[in-house]
Amino acid sequence: MSTETDQGYSAAGEVGAVRARRTMSENIWRGLKKAPPTAWFGMIVISLYLFFAIFAGILAPYGEEEVLGAAYLPSWFDADKDFPWDPRFLLGTDQLGRDMLTRLIYGARNTIGIAVATTALSFGIGGTLGVLVTIQRGWFDQLMSRFVDVLMAIPGLIFALMLLSIFGSTVTNLIIIIAVLDATRVFRLSRAVAMNVVVMDYVEAAKLRGEGLFWIMRKEIIPNIMPPLVAEFGLRFCFVFLTISALSFLGVGIQPPTADWGSMVRENATLITYGSATPLFPAGAIALLTVAVNFVVDWFLHKTSGLRDEH
Amino acid sequence: MHPVLRTVLQRLGLGLLTLLVVSIIIFSSLIFLPGDFATAILGQAATPETVAAFRKELGLDEPAIIRYFDWLRGALVGDFGTSFSGRSGGSAGAVRQVADLIEPRLYNTLFLAAMTAVIAVPLALTLGIMAALYRNSWFDRAVNAATLTTISFPEFFVAYILMLFLAVKFDVFPSLANVSDTTPFGERVYRCMLPSITLTLVIVAHMMRMTRAAIINLLASPYIEMAQLKGVSRTNVIVHHALPNAWAPIVNVIAFNLAYLVVGVVVVEVVFVYPGVGQLMVDSVTSRDIPVVQACALIFAATYILLNLFADVISIITNPRLLHPR
Amino acid sequence: MSTKNQQKHGREKGSVLLEMRDVYIEGYSDDKWHPIINGVDVTLHRGEIMGMIGESGAGKSTLGLAAMGFARPGCKIKSGSIMFDGMDLMAISETERRALHGSRIAYVAQSAAAAFNPAHQLMNQTIESALSHGIMPKTEAEEDAKKLFAALQLPDPDNIGYRYPHQVSGGQLQRAMTAMAMSSRPDLIIFDEPTTALDVTTQVEVLAAMRDIVDQFHTAAIYITHDLAVVAQMADKIKVLRYGNTIEDADTRTMLKEPKEDYTKTLWAVRSLYKEEQANEDVVLRIHDVDASYGGGVKVLEDVTIQVPRGRTVAIVGESGSGKSTTARVITGLLPPMSGEVYFNGQPLPPALKDRSKEQLQRIQMIYQMADTAMNPRHTVRDIIGRPLEFYLGLRGAALDNKIVELLELIELDESFIDRLPGELSGGQKQRICIARALAAEPDVIICDEVTSALDQIVQEGILKLLLRLQEELNITYLFITHDIATVEAISDEIVVMFQGGVVEQGPKTKILNAPFPPYTELLLSSVPQMDPDWLDNLLAARAKKGDVMKASG
Repeated sequence: MSTETDQGYSAAGEVGAVRARRTMSENIWRGLKKAPPTAWFGMIVISLYLFFAIFAGILAPYGEEEVLGAAYLPSWFDADKDFPWDPRFLLGTDQLGRDMLTRLIYGARNTIGIAVATTALSFGIGGTLGVLVTIQRGWFDQLMSRFVDVLMAIPGLIFALMLLSIFGSTVTNLIIIIAVLDATRVFRLSRAVAMNVVVMDYVEAAKLRGEGLFWIMRKEIIPNIMPPLVAEFGLRFCFVFLTISALSFLGVGIQPPTADWGSMVRENATLITYGSATPLFPAGAIALLTVAVNFVVDWFLHKTSGLRDEH
Repeated sequence: MHPVLRTVLQRLGLGLLTLLVVSIIIFSSLIFLPGDFATAILGQAATPETVAAFRKELGLDEPAIIRYFDWLRGALVGDFGTSFSGRSGGSAGAVRQVADLIEPRLYNTLFLAAMTAVIAVPLALTLGIMAALYRNSWFDRAVNAATLTTISFPEFFVAYILMLFLAVKFDVFPSLANVSDTTPFGERVYRCMLPSITLTLVIVAHMMRMTRAAIINLLASPYIEMAQLKGVSRTNVIVHHALPNAWAPIVNVIAFNLAYLVVGVVVVEVVFVYPGVGQLMVDSVTSRDIPVVQACALIFAATYILLNLFADVISIITNPRLLHPR
Repeated sequence: MSTKNQQKHGREKGSVLLEMRDVYIEGYSDDKWHPIINGVDVTLHRGEIMGMIGESGAGKSTLGLAAMGFARPGCKIKSGSIMFDGMDLMAISETERRALHGSRIAYVAQSAAAAFNPAHQLMNQTIESALSHGIMPKTEAEEDAKKLFAALQLPDPDNIGYRYPHQVSGGQLQRAMTAMAMSSRPDLIIFDEPTTALDVTTQVEVLAAMRDIVDQFHTAAIYITHDLAVVAQMADKIKVLRYGNTIEDADTRTMLKEPKEDYTKTLWAVRSLYKEEQANEDVVLRIHDVDASYGGGVKVLEDVTIQVPRGRTVAIVGESGSGKSTTARVITGLLPPMSGEVYFNGQPLPPALKDRSKEQLQRIQMIYQMADTAMNPRHTVRDIIGRPLEFYLGLRGAALDNKIVELLELIELDESFIDRLPGELSGGQKQRICIARALAAEPDVIICDEVTSALDQIVQEGILKLLLRLQEELNITYLFITHDIATVEAISDEIVVMFQGGVVEQGPKTKILNAPFPPYTELLLSSVPQMDPDWLDNLLAARAKKGDVMKASG
């Protein structure tokens, strides 16, 4: 069978698109090479934090709840002749005489661990539902959207405060309450991006074939919404992390004696009035991680959004 | 009826409905209280009669619907019932009305929020618009990095840094913002400076980024390119072509961030020990004073809903498709 | 010959207005600069109209904008001289260039709906450039604009300026944009595919209006399009572009009669395909008395009855809003009809998709207009063609792979394509993969929804030939939805003409395409531009004489 028309045209000979395909690792490496310094900074910091969180048990000098010395011993930075520095405690001790450095390291494990679990749960609920409603339109979509609108009409922190006052501030409650409240935002976002995909002809082609709901979700939609979802995971993590810290700071989050950065700020807050920067360490730790994640997410979004810049 | 009017009324109706449903949620969360909370509130020494009287007072025997409407009716006139606080020890002498607790604090919180908004909104809008216009210049990049950093900070971090440097190490402002009914206006402003600056920094960061994004998005519209191709000057492209279409997105940004202000106020009040609704709510949550918590939650939610409603209405009345129907 | 014709031939050509020499333009994508225009020359005299033709990707729009000294974000004019009336556009300052834009050089964009600011009235925007360049005071400009609206045949010319863009139809907006360009009496107007987005019946009126006004004011123009017949009506001379290079330059009549380059010849010769019609008594698909609606009480289909004979091609032709795509949705079950039935092989089909069995779904397949959105960008060719094989025929492993290769050969591609992603395929290749996907299900009927409309001319011919060959070999029935009459002529056995949700007429091809015609068919068929430069004039003269021809809705 001839594949050439009279004018010498052949289908296989058509010039394809300019872009040559690269493997995923090639793509990642190219991306990394061009990352701005802020993104590199972010990635290094995140790796460090994860390292400390995972190996907290090995790296911390003392036990999480061990009381070792006098209360409010100064850190190396604040020490002076009146309040000398005890070399056993690099960053001093807290209000009960526990080593600040140890508490900080364990705080990493606890706070980050809980934040990751919460974000994962929130994504599981919000992401799945958000994609499902785009395939199964109609009353289900309407119902879910209205319900989410109502839930989002109460500011998150306020709602969390209220629910925690009723159900009590256990770790499980904390994770579930914040995950459910955060899932509303994930729902909104995943619904919005999935909606752009669902109107594509290839989704209709799959429906016409007779494909089931979950097949369409898994094979057609989710692979095409990964970039914004990945970015959103980072942003949601920051938000959850800050919320948990804020709740702990207010006293209704993670309860003592568990080491947690937010609570540590609260416990040592009075030191500020004496000019000591000690409460700033756990607060700074929170800030640094969030900044790092934000820098990385910002770079990621910039890369995947394809915004044309002036040249 | 003109489409604008009809859409606005629809939106108002929807807002009221949302408020109603939210009030139901806030109220009905009471059902989940563990059974022995009465004892927890009144203390271990409470007699069965006191407990029973307490339960009767709360109307826990009546059906939920009736309790809800009683509560709602009360809320509409400002009567949120009585606080749980001061009941332990069995004496009823120190019982206080929730409304009495909230009222003075509501004014304080609104004052702080207004003071912040007045500074933050113009500042954020200006920075955001300039950053969008001079996109990718050093100015834009610097502001971007700075705001990205600031929005990552927990409010209490910013608050304590400011307190450390502006109150403790260098005595510029008072570290605790205690105001009362009698504080004169000027003095009030002075004492509120630190909390206000904290909130301003956080809000400006968010608002500036969102404004920048909205304006950049707007500037990518095809009719903007068309205006450039007609030789319209850069100023006129912005003022005459972009701005009229910018109201809706900008108002949305402002409303969203003012709503954010509502939440940020809570932490800031606690840090600076400012007698506002936020601090009241936190204290009540810790002491599980449920009526107060519910009342505060309702107030915050109502403010939030009202702000979003306002933003929606502005979007509607600036939409040329609705203003001038076919 | 009409006087208009004489005018066009006798249009005074003045001195050289625009001279572009050796222009190189690059575009930034995928972290690199790619060439878009490679050393193109353009010469344009005052009062002359040049048509710029090329397929998509030829760089026409970029070149058109470069004639104004403008490069879109992401593009840059690397080298070359662009002389406008003796001024080097690349050498003068930004301010001086801006002084020319909208006053001496004007631009008419492809999508009028997007080019108008939704927040301002049309009048405001039409006179804006005249005002901002200080050419006329406001009242004078408004009066002038109204005269221009009248000259462009806009309805209610005195008041239409005070409406907003969304209150006015697409064709009217396009003419308003031409008025906007004309308001400052520029020396040069660049028309960038101005009628591409319009229905063919609206296009006729807009074309005539544009040409008249350019004649009237003696304006030079560059008319960018991919439609050869359209450019033949408008231009004095034609430049053919391909992949950023000039293929051929000649004046219109010469190029139409004796094209020199091979590529030009292929563009001209595309419409040579013709299938002899054949009938068949055996009806495979029948829809009977179908009414359909998307809700809200407005019927989008009314009393539609169509019969599709087995192994033949039935073309459903109509413009936007005619209901042709809706008919396809009813047949596939995506839109259950309000009343009426769909019969397949004599048996009624369940109206809703979810009620149909796998076998029923397998028998009728669909191919879409935009192959880009019809394939999941993350699936390889193997996934795309393999899935229906797996799903319907239960093939796995080696049997699956073999069948995929077989199908690839059937669509004239080879095994090497099996691991490619859609992003690595050309437009025609993508559509072929979609055809293979439809074939994989071994269907009886394939619904082709505007499958060639988004493709370039040569590629269209290839796809149509492929479809015809497949029909012969596999006895597939096609329901071919299109708005393009030339395609209909090429491949159909029977034709169904639809207009505003109803069937105007149906029957064998030769019967439909020959007189006598019902009014709408007459309007539709006569509005299709032909390759004859005098076609537009003749058509307008004929219509003026007739007087009572159906008006196009745009």
